[in-house]
Amino acid sequence: MRYLPLTESDRAEMLATIGAKSAVDMYCDVPKQALLDAPVDLPTYKGEMEVEAVFAAMAAKNLSPSSAPCFLGAGAYRHHIPATVDYMLQRGEFLTAYTPYQPEVAQGTLQYLFEFQTQVAMLTGMEVANASMYDGATACSEAVLMATRATHKHRAVLAGGLHPHYRDVTATSAHSLKIELVGPNSDPSRPADPASVIDLIDDATACVVVQSPDLFGRIIDLKPIAEAAHAKGALLVAVVTEVVSLGLLEAPGNQGADIVVAEGQSLGNALSYGGPYVGLFATTSKLVRQMPGRVVGETLDVEGQRGWVLTLSTREQHIRREKATSNICTNSGLCALAFTIHASLLGEEGLSRLARLNHAKACQLADRLAKVKGVEVLNDSFFNEFTVKLSKPAKDVVEALAKRGILGGVPVTRLLPTRSDLANMLLVSATECNSDNDIDALIKALEEIL
Amino acid sequence: MADMSQGRSNVPHGGSQAAANRTISGSKGLELAEPLIFEMGEAGRCGVDFADAKVSNDRLNGMRRKAAVGLPGLSEPQVVRHYTRLSQKNFGIDSGFYPLGSCTMKHNPRINERVARMKGLGDLHPLQPTSTAQGALELIDTLATWIKTLCNMPAVAMSPAAGAHGELCGIMSIKAALEARGEAATRTRFLVPESAHGTNPATAAACGFTVDSIPATERGRVDIAAFKAKLGPDVAGIMLTNPNTCGLFENDIIDIAAAIHEAGGYFYCDGANFNAIVGRVRPGDLGVDCMHLNLHKTFSTPHGGGGPGAGPVVLSAALAPFAPVPYVIHDADGFEMVEHKADSDAQPFGRLKGFHGQMGVFIRALAFMLSHGAEGLLQASTDAVLNANYLRAKLQDVMSVSFDGMCMHEVLFDDRFLKDTGVTTLDFAKAMIDEGFHPMTMYFPLVVHGALLMEPTESESKDTLDLFIKTLRGLTARAKAGEAQSFKDAPVLTPRRRLDETAAARKPVLRWTPEA
Repeated sequence: MRYLPLTESDRAEMLATIGAKSAVDMYCDVPKQALLDAPVDLPTYKGEMEVEAVFAAMAAKNLSPSSAPCFLGAGAYRHHIPATVDYMLQRGEFLTAYTPYQPEVAQGTLQYLFEFQTQVAMLTGMEVANASMYDGATACSEAVLMATRATHKHRAVLAGGLHPHYRDVTATSAHSLKIELVGPNSDPSRPADPASVIDLIDDATACVVVQSPDLFGRIIDLKPIAEAAHAKGALLVAVVTEVVSLGLLEAPGNQGADIVVAEGQSLGNALSYGGPYVGLFATTSKLVRQMPGRVVGETLDVEGQRGWVLTLSTREQHIRREKATSNICTNSGLCALAFTIHASLLGEEGLSRLARLNHAKACQLADRLAKVKGVEVLNDSFFNEFTVKLSKPAKDVVEALAKRGILGGVPVTRLLPTRSDLANMLLVSATECNSDNDIDALIKALEEIL
Repeated sequence: MADMSQGRSNVPHGGSQAAANRTISGSKGLELAEPLIFEMGEAGRCGVDFADAKVSNDRLNGMRRKAAVGLPGLSEPQVVRHYTRLSQKNFGIDSGFYPLGSCTMKHNPRINERVARMKGLGDLHPLQPTSTAQGALELIDTLATWIKTLCNMPAVAMSPAAGAHGELCGIMSIKAALEARGEAATRTRFLVPESAHGTNPATAAACGFTVDSIPATERGRVDIAAFKAKLGPDVAGIMLTNPNTCGLFENDIIDIAAAIHEAGGYFYCDGANFNAIVGRVRPGDLGVDCMHLNLHKTFSTPHGGGGPGAGPVVLSAALAPFAPVPYVIHDADGFEMVEHKADSDAQPFGRLKGFHGQMGVFIRALAFMLSHGAEGLLQASTDAVLNANYLRAKLQDVMSVSFDGMCMHEVLFDDRFLKDTGVTTLDFAKAMIDEGFHPMTMYFPLVVHGALLMEPTESESKDTLDLFIKTLRGLTARAKAGEAQSFKDAPVLTPRRRLDETAAARKPVLRWTPEA
C-alpha cells in the first residue's frame, strides 16, 4: 500500500518490541465478540490511475458549470479564481498543517488568519472578525445565539428575504435552545418592505436578521431597521450571501449592523457542490467576548518581535466546556486562506472592478430577459442576481434548459417547496464568468421554451 | 481537535540571547521576514486584470458604497512571494513528524487533491438540477455505503461540517427521538466522562441539556460503577469517546451501551478516534446509537490551519428517522435529494448546514478509501496502533506512561517523569520544536497531570519513530541532568520564540489598523 511506510519486517520487529505475538494482541481490550476476524466486505485497493478513473466516470455524469452557460446563484456563486490562489493553497506547509496550537511553528497560518480577520472586518465595515465559521448559514445561526447571550433575550426576528437554508439552520439551533423565531418568508413580487420587519421588533427581541441583497436579489437599506432594533435594545444581524457585492454596496457596518455574517465562498473557493465554504463573522469590539469561534491576536515574542497567537480562548469549548460560546472547534482554515489570497490579489481596485463587472453583467442580463415574452423581471434593485417571473413553472423551464446544456437559474421552490404560489419564480445570477454568448444562448433557449 | 494550553500561562521567560544574531534585513537565510499584506500594498497596483465595466443606470437602490474598503493593492508576484514566505513559517505533515494526539495528522495524498478539482466535480453548483448532478449524488451515496459498512450502522447523516458539528447532529437526533417519545421535557441530563473532548459538554449544552461528569478509573476508563449510579429517568444519554482520549479502548463499552439503553437513554459515541479500529471493530457491534466520523482525520483530508473538515454521523435504526435534511435517496429513476422537511417521509429534526455538506471533503475521503481498499484500511489502522505502542514501549522506561497495557492509536504520558526537574510539559514541548518535531498534544486529556498525548499515525516510518525516540530520550536525560534553563528558553531556532499569550488576551489586537 503506497501510503504505508512500515515493511513486513518492520512490523514483525515492532510487534516483538511491544511484546505482541500478532497485531490482534494489541486489541486485547476489545470485547471478543466485537473483534472482526476478516476484512469488511468492501472492494480491494486501487492504484492512482484506477482511482482517477472512478472519479472521472462520476464527473462525466454531471453537467459541469464551467462548460455550460451557468446562471446559478442563491448563495453560491461561480467566479473566476485566479490560478495563484490554488497554487499557493496547495503548498504543503499550509495544506497539511493543523490548528496553530504551537504558535512558534505556525506563524504562517496565524498571520494569514490575522490578515483574513482584517479583510473581513474591512469588507463588512466592522471592528473585529473571527478566523472563520463553517459557512454562511451556520454563521447566521451562531449570530442569533450570540445575540441572545448578549441581550439576555430569547426572540429573534428574521426578515422575509433571508435565504431559506440560513433560516432553517437557525431554526434548528433555536429549537434546541427554546429561542423564538418570528417573521415569514416574503413575496418577491412585492417590493421589500422594511416596515413589515420593524413592526415585529418588540422589547423581548434579541436581534433582527436581515439579508441584503436578499434571497430575491433586492438591496435593502439596513439603516431604518438598525435604528428600530436599537431603540428596543435589539441587535441587527446583517447577512450577506454574495461577498463580492461588498465591493460596490455600502458595508453593513456603516448601516448600523452589530453582527455581520456572510458566505465567503465567492472569493477563492470552488463551488464544490456546496462545500466546504467559509463563513465570515464580524462584530463590534464591545461584543467580541460573546463571539463564537477561533480568533487570532497580535503579540510579541521574548525578543520583542511581533507575532500572532490564538487568543480569547476562554470563550471556547476546550477551556469552558459546557459554558463555551459555541461548540465549534474545526473551522474553515484553508477556505479562509483561499479567500485571503484572492482578496489580496484583487485589492481595492480589483474588488471594485469585479463588483462593477458583476453588476454590469446582471444589468445586461436583466435588460435582455425583460424583452423575452413570458419573462417578467421583478426587481427594482439588485447586485448580480434577481428574480424573474416566468409564464411556466420554473422547475420545468430549468429542466428544459438543462436538456439544452444550460444551467438557467434556481427555481424559488427549490428553496421554498411549500410556496406553490412562487412556482413560476426563478432566481437568475450573472457574474464575470458569463460571456455575451452565454446570455445569447439563454435568451434563445427561453424564447423557444416559453 | 486538540486542547492545548488549557489556559495555562505561556508567558515568555526572558530572552537571554535576544537579538544577538539579528540581521539587518530581519530575514534569517531561508526564513524571510515578511510584513502584513496591509503594510506592503499601494493604491494603483492590482493582481488581477478586468475590463472596467461602466454602469450608467445602476440598480443599487442608492446603496452604492461611499468609502473605500481599505484593501491594499499588490501585483501578482508580490502576493505569491508573500504567501510563499508565510508558508515557510509553518510546520505541516509534509514538513515532518506531527504527533499531535487526537488530531490524526496523517499523510494527505495528492491524488485526492487532483480528483477534488476535477471538472464536473469541483465546479458543480449545489443548486443545479439533480438531473445534471447524478454523478455527484452517486459519489455521496458511495461514500455513505463505505461509511455504513465500516461502522455496521444502517444510516448516515452526511451534512455535518466537522466533528463538533457532527456532535450537534447526533445530540439533536437524540433530542428529536426523545421528543417523539414524549420524554424530552424529562430527560434533560447528559452523562459525559471527564476525559471527554471539550466539544462534548459544549455540544450537550448547545442542545439544551445539562452535563453530568463521570469520573475515570485508575485504568483510564469510565468508572462503570459511578456511571451506573448516575443513571435515572432524567438521563438522555451518554457521550463517550471510543477509543477514549487516553488512547485506550473502553473495554466495558458493550455493558455501558446495554446499561444506558436499559435506562431509556441513548449512546452517543465520539468517533474522533475511529482511525484506531477501522476494519477491525464496527461501532454498530458495540451498541452505539450514533457516532460522528472526522473524515478529515480518519480518512485524511487536509485540514490546514484548522479546517475544513466533515463530520458525517452514523445512526442506529432508532435514530435514523430523525436524520437532518438533506439526504440522498435512489430509486429506479436514479438519485434524488430530499432537501426539505416538507418533502421527507421521515421526521428530520431540521437542517444543520447550507446546501448539502462538505462535498470537497467527501471526494478526498472516498479517494482515500478506494486507494486503501478494505485490507488497506485495516492495515492502516493496525499500523497506527503499532506505531503508538512502539513509542510507548521504547519510551516507558524514561517517561511516565499514564496507563499500563496496550494502547490504541495514541499513547498518553503525564509529567511525573519531569518531577523536580523544573521542566514543565510546555517546556518539554517547546524543546521538541527546536529538534524539528511538532509537539504532541499538551495538557489534554485533563484526567492526568501535565498530559503529553502522542499520536504517530500509520504514515510514519520506523526510522522516523526511532529518531523521535532517540530525541525524546535525550531531552529527558537533559531535563533530569538539571538543564531546565535550556527548556525554558526553547524554542530558539524558530521564526518566533515564545509569544506572550497573556498580553494578547488582555488587550486584544485582532486586526490591522492603519496608523493614525
